[in-house]
Amino acid sequence: MTDTSPAKITTSENRPKGLTGLVEDWSSDQRAFKNVSWRKAMMWIFLLSDTFIFSIFLLSYMTSRMSTKVGWPNASEVFSLHIGHTNFPLLLIAIMTFVLISSSGTMVMAVNYGYRKDRKLTAIMLLVTALLGATFVGMQAFEWTKLISEGVRPWGNPMGAPQFGGIFFMITGFHGTHVSIGVIFLLVMTVKVWRGDYDKQTKGYFTSRKGEYECVEIMGLYWHFVDLVWVFIFAFFYLW
Amino acid sequence: MAGSNNNHSDQYSATEISVEGHQEHPLKIYFIVWGWLFVLSACSYMIDFMAIQGYLRWTLILFFMVVKAGLIVAVFMHIMWERLSLSYAVLLPPIAVLVFVAIMAVEANYTVLTRFIFLDGG
Repeated sequence: MTDTSPAKITTSENRPKGLTGLVEDWSSDQRAFKNVSWRKAMMWIFLLSDTFIFSIFLLSYMTSRMSTKVGWPNASEVFSLHIGHTNFPLLLIAIMTFVLISSSGTMVMAVNYGYRKDRKLTAIMLLVTALLGATFVGMQAFEWTKLISEGVRPWGNPMGAPQFGGIFFMITGFHGTHVSIGVIFLLVMTVKVWRGDYDKQTKGYFTSRKGEYECVEIMGLYWHFVDLVWVFIFAFFYLW
Repeated sequence: MAGSNNNHSDQYSATEISVEGHQEHPLKIYFIVWGWLFVLSACSYMIDFMAIQGYLRWTLILFFMVVKAGLIVAVFMHIMWERLSLSYAVLLPPIAVLVFVAIMAVEANYTVLTRFIFLDGG
């Protein structure tokens, strides 16, 4: 009997790499993502769908900005901060960007220490990441308050095109929600790591699956994605 | 035949994933990328601070944006170490967005043209 099962190509080490590998992985009755667990693959697929959501937001922003007859408010002035007698354009946004990048760095440390089974450092790094994320959300709340007090509303504003407010609240609001949800999950994960759930492989409360340090990496994927979205928002909404 | 396939896949999911899917890399590369992200963000901010305008501004914004996004996806999200089947599955579909951008740019130009013609009384 001929053996048609892909037995000799089970591990990803002895599978062809590059384009041949791509075709081989997708082309027969087998799982496509060879060395990736299902939880990680599903997180990636979720992130892909989220990419489309944010893309559509930015796309609607582009369309409204290009098609309005009224001039678009100058973000450099709208988001400037007065400190002393100097006017810093976009200062708060720049600080928010640095806070988020710092949190991405601490997240990557958490993933790394997780795989080294360093329970304490992983928990500390997760906590720092959560605190930086909370700082970001706090600064965003400040930014919203400032803009609302200056008369920016979803249906109009004193600075220019009326679409500015709606687009601003929708895009930054959705991003801020993502950060807030991330902070909650980071805190939950901090507690789990601190208790040693991933060392003892304690079963999860909702999923009843064994916890592993890979969960930290998957959390990291989500967190880096949030940072990634901010890179695009920063470029297109604040700098353009 | 089906049975042997099932056995094979069970065996696969039980043993190899936890070992293989492990993305553990030296800390050094993360620190280098982290540093670069700070530098690139500072550069992005400098575009606005120095009030560079016009095509140079847009080119620089897009350049720094793409490099930052690339570093995050490639290193922080480990895509450069994943197999192509996963990388392409997540990196290729967003190309459709670029097509959509092109379509909507044409559409928006048309909209603003008609607004100027008809909403200003000719």
